[in-house]
Amino acid sequence: MTFAKQIFIGLVGVTMMTGMLSSTVAAFEPNKPVEFIIMAGKGGGADKMARLLQAIVEKEKLSSRPLFPTNKSGGSGAEALIAAKNANDPDHTIMVTLNSFFTTPLRQPGLRIDNTEFAPIGRMAEDSFLLWVNKDSGITTFEQYLQVAKADGSKWVMGGTGRAGEDNIITNYLNNEFGLTMKYIPYQGGGEVAKQVAGNQLNSSVNNPSEALGFYESGDLVPLVAFTDERLPLFPDVPTLKELGSDFSYFMQRAVVGAPGMSEDALAYYTDLFTKVYASADWQDYKTKQSLMGEFMSGDQLRAYWDQQNSRHTVILKASGDIK
Amino acid sequence: MDVLISLLDGIMVALEPINLGLAILGVVVGLFVGAMPGLGSVNGVAILLPFTFVIQSFTGGATSPMIFLAAIYYGAMYGGAISSITLGIPGASTAVSTTFDGRPMALAGKAHIALVAAALASFIGGTISNIMFTGFAPLLASVALSFGDPEVFALMLMAFATFIGLGGDDIPKTIFSICIGLVLATVGFDIVSGEPRLIFFDITGFTHGIRFLVLAIGVYGIGEMLWTINTNRHGSSMTQVDVSARSIIEAIKEFRHAKRGTLIGSFLGFFVGILPAAGATPGALMAYGVAKLTSKDQASFGKGNINGIAAPEAANNSASTGAMLPMMTLGIPGSPTTAVLLAGMVIWGLQPGPLLFTNQPDFVWPLIGSFYISNVIAVLVNLAFIPVFLWMLRMPFTILAPMIFVLSLVGTFAAYLDMFDVSLMVLVGFAAFFLRILDYPVAPAVLAIVLGPIAEPKLRQSLLFSDGDFTIFLTRPIAGPITVVALILIFLPLIKFIKNKMTTKKET
Repeated sequence: MTFAKQIFIGLVGVTMMTGMLSSTVAAFEPNKPVEFIIMAGKGGGADKMARLLQAIVEKEKLSSRPLFPTNKSGGSGAEALIAAKNANDPDHTIMVTLNSFFTTPLRQPGLRIDNTEFAPIGRMAEDSFLLWVNKDSGITTFEQYLQVAKADGSKWVMGGTGRAGEDNIITNYLNNEFGLTMKYIPYQGGGEVAKQVAGNQLNSSVNNPSEALGFYESGDLVPLVAFTDERLPLFPDVPTLKELGSDFSYFMQRAVVGAPGMSEDALAYYTDLFTKVYASADWQDYKTKQSLMGEFMSGDQLRAYWDQQNSRHTVILKASGDIK
Repeated sequence: MDVLISLLDGIMVALEPINLGLAILGVVVGLFVGAMPGLGSVNGVAILLPFTFVIQSFTGGATSPMIFLAAIYYGAMYGGAISSITLGIPGASTAVSTTFDGRPMALAGKAHIALVAAALASFIGGTISNIMFTGFAPLLASVALSFGDPEVFALMLMAFATFIGLGGDDIPKTIFSICIGLVLATVGFDIVSGEPRLIFFDITGFTHGIRFLVLAIGVYGIGEMLWTINTNRHGSSMTQVDVSARSIIEAIKEFRHAKRGTLIGSFLGFFVGILPAAGATPGALMAYGVAKLTSKDQASFGKGNINGIAAPEAANNSASTGAMLPMMTLGIPGSPTTAVLLAGMVIWGLQPGPLLFTNQPDFVWPLIGSFYISNVIAVLVNLAFIPVFLWMLRMPFTILAPMIFVLSLVGTFAAYLDMFDVSLMVLVGFAAFFLRILDYPVAPAVLAIVLGPIAEPKLRQSLLFSDGDFTIFLTRPIAGPITVVALILIFLPLIKFIKNKMTTKKET
């Protein structure tokens, strides 16, 4: 074990020396590994995405320093937001975010997080949501779904990720809009929810395409309706809720942000870095396969998007009684 | 027959020079990562994931990178036992229960027997689970699907029951210890209500809950070290070890006594492994509990029973293979390590799910083939390194103690990169030491903090489902029998106690 330790120390030493030799006088270059905070646990959508981004950066040799992913999944992103806010070196701290970037600061004002203080590096995609049921239920259209769910009342169980998160917001919307009384049970991750529906333990879910894709391909899960503005290319036969007459769509941002206090130079560097990542063949391929939507967005445009999302989530969470 | 042909084809691919080389490299890396306290397979796999893209750019395809990562996973499962036995610090969370009997054996000068038993049990566990994986993957996937919330909770209840119903220990103290573990397990954000719980002094470090390794390293690294210092105040104790080749052969012969533990571990571990959300750590703890519960010689457990090493070691290897099953066939990771592997598969362009076996046979079968190959490599490498590990034990405790202290600190930091966890670990170490002085068993607390975070959400999700009706655990076809067995195990000591009272009354 001492041997392994020596190797480790040796490696650290070599890395540090090469670091000193190669540092140039560019506007900003990271001079040490960049901490890459993931706002969710291992294995979920955000985690997969962060590890892919890290891999693309290494594969295409886009950065002289590696990105170093750390999962901070505590409290629906609260842990990650606090860690980023208190980062010792904001120029070397970036974070992959979900919609808990909007909802957690609203639900827990005690954290004193202002998400507009974060540096808008780049929105890599927007994830979409669909309504899923098990094929054994025999339900094939949203209308049938409403009938059955209405008849079952609170015996109809919807599973989702976390309390007051994206899935809960959509469930509340469906309940209010269509006079349903579905029961919502929160789980730790979307993969587990999809499995519970596939195993007939739950009646339905509003999983992201990436979480349910395996069961969709095998035919175990059936998508009924998409909560998007237009039909998803991967599910051309699934209507949107808008087509069915309700003006509602909901997306999840998949964005990279910098810690509050990040310098303008560093922000420019990371924006450039992730613009290149976004353009890479690997990322475009992943986007298509996982049915991700949305164009790259950064700087003021991304800030404006955050403002819009903040006010929308304030309205949604007030309506559901999660905030006053 | 088709399965055998596919498997043979797969093994041939796994034996191609590049894949074989990667498997050997992976196993050796995994062995060392696993042996480092704190670092386990999950760290090894996560750190080396980007490296696999280099491999992929050379070999094309996802097979070779996956073989490499799976080999690390395997190696780490073997490696975890090494520091558990030689130093008494769990090398990885999966090897915590290996310290229960491994450390006492090492202190009694039987470290070589313990290490060999761990290696051979791991090998057998790995092989049995590989065979089950190969033969019954689709069937087992449907078993995993039929386990809903009440079923998982019933199983967790049974795990607790095996530890309460153990007889030998002081039962009120065991229950007290479990309760401490359960309370610690509730720290952090509540998944069902989304509210923070027990965030002492508003310290952000508590928001992610008390991590298992913080507790394990605190209890078995710092706590154990303090205990040894306290009990060996006079002179420095030095463990006697025999490093000759003859002693290794003698140790291999000794392994015949570990048959029972190995078999229990192999099957139980595999079964717990295939259930999503459980993984190798609960698998190993449960195997230990069952091995002890069903033993004729319960009192010798915790004092250096070879079955107490074989059961958890066979179980953690078996569970690691088991955990691959829901990952590949359902797309749900059964353990933190498989979560990272899953991320890798998606990045390499594969879609895990029920169709993976049909759509990607060129990926699946060489990977399964490599499980067999890596398992053989791992046991050989491990046996070859045992003299090196034994040599470490020859150090006097005055040198070993500061080393354990440093390794505990570094290991905790390396696992989560959080200084708060390091301070908490030291605090836990002192607490464990005092509990031990007061003669409280700490193993049940460790079990509770592993199973608590799985059991609690399952209990509450089940009750949400049934509108608060507890009979849901008894009326469902799979959950019912498991709950009944668990309840019997819980009340068994009480019945025994009353029986004993009655017989002593008769005698007097």
